Order: sequence, then C-alpha cells, then structure tokens
Amino acid sequence: MRLRLVPQQTNFDFFSRPVLWLGISAFLILLALGSFGLRGLNYGIDFRGGTTIRTESAQPVDVGAYRDALAALELGDVVISEVFDPNFGPEQNVAMIRIGAQDGEEAVSTEVIETAEAALLEISPDIKFVSVESVGPKVSGELIRTAAIAVALAIGAVLVYIWLRFEWQFAVGAVVALVHDVVLTIGVFSELQIRFDLAIIAALLTIVGYSLNDTVVVFDRVRENLIKYKSKDLKEVLNLSINETLSRTFMTSLTTLLALIALLVLGGDVIRGFVFAMTWGVIVGTYSSIFVASVMLLRLGVKRDWSKPTDTTGNQFGDIDA
Amino acid sequence: MLQVDLWKRVLIWATVVVGLLLAMPNAFYSRVETHNDAVKAIEAGLDTTENRDLAAGWPSYLPSGLVNLGLDLRGGAHLLAEVQVQDVYEARMESLWPEVRDLLRDARDEVGTIRLQPNAPLGELRIKISEPAGMNRAIELVRTLAQPVVSLTGAGSTDLEVRGEDDVLVITLSEAERQALDDRTMQQSLEIIRRRIDEVGTREPTIQRQGFDRILIQVPGIGSAAELKEIIGTTAQLTFQPVVSRTSDGSERPGVGNEILPALDQEGVYYILEQAPVVTGEDLTNAQPAFDQNGRPAVNFSFNPSGARRFGDYTANNIGSPFAIVLDDEVISAPVIQAHIAGGSGIITGSFTVEESTQLAVLLRAGALPAKLVFLEERTIGPELGQDSIDAGKIATMVAFVAVLVFMALSYGLFGLFANVALILNIALIFGLLSMIGATLTLPGIAGIVLTVGMAVDANVLVFERIREEVRTARGPARAIELGYEKALSAIVDANITTFITAVILYVMGSGPVRGFAVTLGFGILTSVFTAIFVTRLLIVIWFERRRPKTIEV
Repeated sequence: MRLRLVPQQTNFDFFSRPVLWLGISAFLILLALGSFGLRGLNYGIDFRGGTTIRTESAQPVDVGAYRDALAALELGDVVISEVFDPNFGPEQNVAMIRIGAQDGEEAVSTEVIETAEAALLEISPDIKFVSVESVGPKVSGELIRTAAIAVALAIGAVLVYIWLRFEWQFAVGAVVALVHDVVLTIGVFSELQIRFDLAIIAALLTIVGYSLNDTVVVFDRVRENLIKYKSKDLKEVLNLSINETLSRTFMTSLTTLLALIALLVLGGDVIRGFVFAMTWGVIVGTYSSIFVASVMLLRLGVKRDWSKPTDTTGNQFGDIDA
Repeated sequence: MLQVDLWKRVLIWATVVVGLLLAMPNAFYSRVETHNDAVKAIEAGLDTTENRDLAAGWPSYLPSGLVNLGLDLRGGAHLLAEVQVQDVYEARMESLWPEVRDLLRDARDEVGTIRLQPNAPLGELRIKISEPAGMNRAIELVRTLAQPVVSLTGAGSTDLEVRGEDDVLVITLSEAERQALDDRTMQQSLEIIRRRIDEVGTREPTIQRQGFDRILIQVPGIGSAAELKEIIGTTAQLTFQPVVSRTSDGSERPGVGNEILPALDQEGVYYILEQAPVVTGEDLTNAQPAFDQNGRPAVNFSFNPSGARRFGDYTANNIGSPFAIVLDDEVISAPVIQAHIAGGSGIITGSFTVEESTQLAVLLRAGALPAKLVFLEERTIGPELGQDSIDAGKIATMVAFVAVLVFMALSYGLFGLFANVALILNIALIFGLLSMIGATLTLPGIAGIVLTVGMAVDANVLVFERIREEVRTARGPARAIELGYEKALSAIVDANITTFITAVILYVMGSGPVRGFAVTLGFGILTSVFTAIFVTRLLIVIWFERRRPKTIEV
C-alpha cells in the first residue's frame, strides 16, 4: 500500500474564487509592508555595522547584570538576549550581545570589544566569548547594496529565462509570485523581529529559486496542455494542469519541508533564522505558484496558437536520453 | 524501447565510482588530514620517520582531497582590511624631497632660495622659490627627475607632474604612476601578509585581494581576530633615518622635513629625525637573531645591493654622527656611525631579550607593510562553536536524510528505493565535487546540502508522477517509463536551470558563508539532475530487463 498525499485523480477548482485568492495575497502583502514600515527589520551587524559577542558560561545568564556592566562603558546602543536551543548542554548558557556601531568610526575598534569583554569577565569570571564579530559601517552599507542588487538580479534573470522558454505572460506571473514570496518573508521577519543578516539574503534567493521551481513545473504542464487541448478554455486548462501536478507539488514540498524541519529543530541556533526563512519560503512558494502565479496567468491570458513552434515544444530536451 | 547503450552504462557507473572515490577521504577526515600534513612536511624537507609513519596512515594511491571546513565550522579569525594606498604617495613624495632640494640648491643662482611648504595636500610637494622668474628653469630641472612609468596601462607617461603656481613649485604624481603604485602596494601588502602568516605556520589561510584596495584574510584555528591583527602588524615599518638631535621634550617642534619620535626603551627620550629615510625595510634581504660582542641578544641584518649602496654612501659621509633605527614610529636604537659600513650588513643592538630579538628578526624578515591597514570587518569564531555547529549539522543532516528516504520508500515502493540509492549517491557526489575543487564547507553550506536532500528527490518525483500518469493510459510498462522520462524532462530542466541561476548569482554576489551555501546548492542541482536522469533511470532499466514485469506499480 502506497502513501498517497493526494488522491490519484483530483478535480479541484482552483479558480472558482480568483478574487478571493488574489485578495488574500494582496491583504497579506499589505500586512507585510505595513509591518515593515512600522517596525522595520531587525538588521544584524552585517547591515548596520557594530559588534556581536556570543558568550557562553556555566552560570545562568543574568541579562540585567550584563546590561549594567556594559551600560557603565557608554557604548551606545547595546542589546542583550539570551539564546535557547535544545542542543545546549545543562552547563551551557548562551547570550548574544549586540553593540551598535560607534559614532564617527569607519572601521572596527578593538578597544570597544576589549573593554566590553573585560566588563563581562568581571561579573562572570568563567564566561567564554565563543564568537565575536564586528563589521564597520562602511562595509555594512555596501553589503546592503550588494544584497539588494543580488535579489533584483536573481528576479530579473528569472524573468528573462522564463520569457525565453515560455511567453511573457508566464514570466510576469512567475515574477509576481516571486515578489509575493519575498515580500511576505520580509514581512514575517519584521513582524517577529528575527535578526536579518546576510544569510537571510541567501535564504531569500533560495526562496526565489524554490518558488520558481514550483511555478515552472506547473507552467510546463500548462504549456503542454494548451497544445493538447486546443479547444478548452484557459481556465479549464490551468485547473487541469494544477490538478495533474498537484501530487508532485505536495511530494516535493513535503520532502523539502521534512529536511528543513529537521534542520530547524536540530541544526542549532546559529542558522535557525536562515532555516526559518527557507521553511517559510517553501510554504508560501508552494501557495504562490498555484494561487498567485496561475491566477495572474489567467488574468493576463496567453497565446493559444502554439502551432508555430512544433508540438515538441513541451519537451525540447526530449532527445537527451540516458 | 527502454534501452541504454553499453558505453553510456559504463560512463554512468564510471562517473559514480570516480565521485565516490573522491568523496571517500572525507569519511576518514582526521586520518587523511594527518596524512596530508605529513606529506606536506616531507615535501618541505622534514623527512623524518615519524612523518613517514603518519603519511603511511592513508594509502597514497587513493585520492586525498578533503572538503575544507569554513571558519564557522572550524573556528578561527576573519579580517577584512582596507589598504591605505595613499600612504605610499606620501612616502614617495617624502623620499623625493631631498633629491629636489639638492637639485634646486645647485641652481640657486636662477631660482633663489627654496622652502618646503608645510600642510601640502597628501601626495604633493609644494616648494616656494624666492625668484619666481626662475620658475621655468626649476620646472625643467625637476622634470629631469621624472622617470617612465613601468606598467602596462601607463606606458609612455612619466611618474611626476610638475607645474608652477605663482612662486610655488608643485610636484605631484601622475595618474598613471598612482595606478602603478596602487597596484604595487597591493601586491606587496598581500605578499607580506602572506609571509607573516606563514611564519606562524597555520593551516590553509586564505589571503585574497578583494575589489580595488581590500584584502580578505581568513586563518582557521587562530585564537582571535586581535591575535591575527598582531601577527599582521598594523604598522610595522622599519626605516633607517638620520638623527638631527636628541631631546627630552616630546612637544618640541621638529622643523620642516623633520619629525620627532620617542625612543622604544628609554622613557622620556625623543629623537628629532630627518623624515626622509636613508634606507627602509623594503631593502632588507635578511635578518637573523644573533648576539653582539658583549653577548647580548641582537639582530643581524643585510640589505639588497641598492640598499647596501645607499647605506654604504651614507655611513661613509657621516662618520661620527648618529642615525636611528626606527620600527613602528619608535626609535629602537640610535647608534653613532663608527666606520663606513660597506657590504650592506649590520647589527641592531639594544636591550633585547632573546625572544624579543627573535621576534624582531621575524618581523624584519617578513618585511614592512608599505601602507597602513584599516580593518573594516573582523570575526572570531571559537573552535567550540564550530564543533557544536558540525555536530548539530551532522545530526540534522542524518535525520533529514532518513526522513526523506523513508518517505520516498513509502510513497513509491520499489521506485522509491531506486530514488533513494540515487539520493545517497547524490550526497556522495556533492562531497566528491567539493573535494575535487577544494571548496570550503560552511554552516550555510550544510544547510544547502540538507536543502538538496529535500529538493533532489524532486526530479525523481516529477518522473515517477509522470510514469503514474502514463501507466493509466496503459500502453505497457516499458512505454510508460520511457514516456515518463521523456515528458518530465523539460520540467526538470527548466526547474533546475532557474534554481541554478539563483545559485550562480549567490555565488557571484555573496561572500564567505553565503558563497559556501551557493556552492553546495549549485553542485547539489548538478548532481541531483545527473542522478535522477541517469542513475535512477539506469537502475530502473536494469531492473526492468531482468524482471520484464507485465505491469508496474509506481
């Protein structure tokens, strides 16, 4: 007996309420933008400059004592938070301390780190500084720019690729879905105030890749069915294509989620933000390839006359065989 | 129907075997690592029996390439430094001044008296002459000092630009010369940093030029970024400068063209020195710890021919006057020149301990940095944190792996098992590729592998789902399998190319750990497409040939 996530033959109507789906997405996007506008992202030092110190000690972390010790140094913006993780041993108490970039300094100052470490050692003699990272404001500014360019480039490259392989309507549908995913992910990060650093940008780009992967598989089937059923109307063809690929969509999303959840729970706190972004991205990516990309495609309409490129369009790579 | 040529089968299995062989050393990480270290030591001349035994710990006919562990996994320090290339312009102009002075002094009749203007902009000499009528002559004279620029782009131009502004003679470096200088400064800085880090003897440091004037330094296994900075030395500059006078007042005005520096080991003693050095550390060819006549620790040094000549000329002309050995803007010692020192070697004495003299020799040998470094980014990752991350990553990968294997077997039965074989090979192939190119595995890189585990099955899922559909239209199992592959191919290719595009962009734009993620993601896509299209298919074909089933259940 096989495990089936989706019945062999499904016949859901995904487009009975296009307004509802687009409405939900639009609402979520507004919510994300609102949160981003009101709360902003909790940028890590990669993007705002400053220093983070990760401490480890056998004694419980006393955030108040740490704060008092550091307040005396007048280092400006200091944020202290305790870190919890199921992987930690009983004697392992971890805290993250973030010190803002010091005014008027372009580079990293060793003195700030040294005085801060000395102050912490005084209140907790067995404290260890397991990682110390500093980024100067000059670099952080550049990192933001490169990150933004990277995301824009990725989306642009994808737009062009799909346009070349399909039609412009498909490309627009896919890119709207991508932007939807990226915006919602940023929204979650601003709402939950999870630290947003360089690794999250990598996660965003992966989401772009994943969401696209999903969308392209659906589109590929749409193209094939458009050729096969020349007389069916677009809505029917889209519905059929999504239903036909539904089983695959769920299988892939589920295996990916299985892997990601393992990493989320067991992978340690250092990459938790990164993995969280990807997990969230897989969920919204799966949703958006059906309810955003396809609905957009339905709205835009597509060329129905695929006679010019021969009927092998659907498998241009069909002659590569093992 | 459903056939795979023999040569393709051979090729597929050969690729798999090569991949597995390349990946294998990683399963015996520490053993191979000791083997590699020992081999390196033997090559470097340390051919001891101990090293031979260690080298024998891993057969030499097997591949020994390992995946490098990134700083976030192994622990270590990371620095991003900006080289202050303009410093060199200043030094260059400083050393030009005595030549210009001598030249113009000889033409005193035409240009009158000359005076160096203080507060000139960086990299500019401004000289006031008392006879403005002689300006053209002065310009002409100074131009004779100009030399052709040695560089590809600057061919045909000279290094100095000379112009007159009223009664002020302005000498600047030409654009071509600045570029050539910048380039040389960067090369020198890289080389010196590399040598200094090598002196300490650490494993696989990364020292790379980034962009125009930046250097990325990553050293695994070092205690902290501060320690690394100390090794690199922010301003270790050695010069030999003429002494004007000695004073105990640190705030005394040294006069134009001079500077005042403190003594290293005598509190409250200052020297007024001519700013332009006679010889600099750049001309130094060797330095060794030694002992002077009285048996006190000292450092022997020798110059290259041009340094030796200048040093020889200077000592010949200035017997009886003191000169200063300056390191890091501190006067190490200021001996009086006893005799003409020919041959270009000498000894630095001072109140050193043996360790200090050894350290000084190392510092001198490694050479001085031509320009200051400003640190823009520094990261220290403790080895414990790295180990924690590796452990967590291992467990997470295993769990993810098993979960996906079980899930695939439950969903697709026998075909799921085929996919699982491909998945296991897939991971091995990723490690094989990473080892082959000597890539670095970072924590996000591990995440990339875990993500690949999840996504690698996608290509197989696409095919299997397609076969299911084709089975329903019932044209026989062989045809169904063939059609399944054929029709799924365009979706597989499109889906993976788009993901690959993002991996490439990540690699190009990203740095450090993010790059590590892009590498594993990109390789994961390549290997997963290979295993899904070729390996799984071959497995299915072989099974099909043996069993010839009338029906298949996917």
